[in-house]
Amino acid sequence: MISFSQVSFSYDESPVLHHIDLAVEKGEMVALLGPNGSGKTTLIKLACGVLRPAEGDIHLDGSSLRQLKRKQVAQRVAVVPQHFHMPFAFTLREVVLLGRTPFLKALSNEGERDQQAVNRAMEGVGIEELGQRFFNELSGGERQKGILAMALAQEPKLLLLDEPTAHLDINHQMEILELVKGLNREQRITVIGAMHDLNLAALYFDRLVLLKDGRIFADGPPSQVLTEENIREVFGAWVQVIQHPWMKTPHIVITPRSTQARQSKSASNIIGRTKEL
Amino acid sequence: MKAKMLALLRRNRRTVLILACLVGILLVCLLVAAAVGAVAIPPLDIVKMSLNKVAFTNFAPTWQTTDETILFQIRLPRVIAAALVGAALAAAGVLFQGLLRNPMADPYIIGTSAGAAFGATLAMMLPVSLLFHGFGLIPFAAFFGALGAVFLVYNLARVGGKTPVISMLLAGFAVSSMLAAAMSFLITMSDQLQLRLHSVFSFLMGGVWVSDWSQIAIIAPIIIGGIVVARFFAFRLNAFSLGEEGAAYLGIDVERDKLAILGLGSLLTGAAVSLSGLVGFVGLVVPHAVRLVLGPDHRLLLPAAALSGGAFLVVADLLARTVLAPSEIPVGIITALVGAPFFIYLLRRTRREYAF
Repeated sequence: MISFSQVSFSYDESPVLHHIDLAVEKGEMVALLGPNGSGKTTLIKLACGVLRPAEGDIHLDGSSLRQLKRKQVAQRVAVVPQHFHMPFAFTLREVVLLGRTPFLKALSNEGERDQQAVNRAMEGVGIEELGQRFFNELSGGERQKGILAMALAQEPKLLLLDEPTAHLDINHQMEILELVKGLNREQRITVIGAMHDLNLAALYFDRLVLLKDGRIFADGPPSQVLTEENIREVFGAWVQVIQHPWMKTPHIVITPRSTQARQSKSASNIIGRTKEL
Repeated sequence: MKAKMLALLRRNRRTVLILACLVGILLVCLLVAAAVGAVAIPPLDIVKMSLNKVAFTNFAPTWQTTDETILFQIRLPRVIAAALVGAALAAAGVLFQGLLRNPMADPYIIGTSAGAAFGATLAMMLPVSLLFHGFGLIPFAAFFGALGAVFLVYNLARVGGKTPVISMLLAGFAVSSMLAAAMSFLITMSDQLQLRLHSVFSFLMGGVWVSDWSQIAIIAPIIIGGIVVARFFAFRLNAFSLGEEGAAYLGIDVERDKLAILGLGSLLTGAAVSLSGLVGFVGLVVPHAVRLVLGPDHRLLLPAAALSGGAFLVVADLLARTVLAPSEIPVGIITALVGAPFFIYLLRRTRREYAF
């Protein structure tokens, strides 16, 4: 679907990504993880062609992104960012229709096909009732669903998410990720998402790519990537990784420092005692 | 073909209906403005005379020849110029507000007004008064001053192949302040300008003093053409309201389109300024009001604002020359007197649109 080969990128003088090699196959659902500034968002922006790599190349379905026009890329790749600020009173449906931008000619209005794509996208996300409401007056969760519908109206083969749940309540975080997972399962849309929440990533994504200082530190299924050592190494955080009671995926728990010390003492006490036995 | 056209019409019935209404309103305003003045000309006669001129009809004259002279030599050029200026400023306002995502932006925001004023003052300093196709030196200087200032602002704001909106606004402010200072300096230093202080003032307040068809013949194609070309960018302007990043995600070549929209907006503003000086508030209030009534979709907003702006300035200009007749007040005073309170009203009513 998309492959990065030896991609490097820097903003002005400060390098962000170093020689990234990453291939994502059709139908995969991949999360990009890493601390702020590790290059997740840059990777997303490179994948949709908004940024151009300084070195190396990115191939989308075999053709180099350098050879494709912005419009051609947008006909296959859609992006859902954290949030959009909308200064004007567009209705939700009008916003979703913006997803058809790469398909419309300069003067032609939307046709049947575009209307159908918008309808499908809104039904897919479950917001067909809200079409005539003003985008700005919707709740954060509804807005984010609208943005997801806008991306779906592009009928993308590859869906890129840039921390799509960063500003949402826990129920909307779940809802958005359930929707994305469903799209990935049912329509085989390839998904690459930059994620902040490691536990959500472990629950909804099949493959995790852990970035550190612009390099890929680990890449694999959640159980391999989300280990205590990896998290300590990449985030500098001391955490405990337990198993999710039903999913059997790794689940990260944090313990406040004050209790940590006590806990580890009593833990070693327990271990000591079992040894004695 | 015909069936296809009909289907297209039906689908866009609302748009067609609204635009047809606005064309009607504009025509009525033109007719009234052409009829009213020191000598009243019956509207029916105006229609007949105009049709005789352009449509090869041959109505028997029920009017005096002086009426015909007044209509074609004085009234119509002025009234049509007012419509063109209003349309250009309103369309430019739509372009700037849409691109900068700021409903408070106006066509002068990135330096056009200061550039035009500076250019015009320079031209007024010269003791000669050149004439070219009915244009004095002043409109030329104002036009190129406006475009020159925008060019300067755009290049100052350009960092590493990108032109962020915020640095453009800041550069626009800086360049405007500099040019305004330079203009004040010229006015204090130049005896020639001291003598023509009234002209400087008139230019700054704005007023439609056109009484020459050849001037219109040059500017009308620029303004009408500019609005038509701007319509090509209407849907992309909708996408720009998501911000430059959002627009880029939707496959828009952001830097290229931004340059094109800025260029078009500045061209329209420069053309308007060369006809009428700095008429304020039209480019700010008209797009705003039309957006409130018809919604923010630029495909309808752009032509609707252009037509409304034309009608608005025709009426404002009519007031400017009739309220204190026989003396005239600059039309900019009328637009500010009507526009500013209306703008305050809009702000208080629709505060939710400005939430950032």
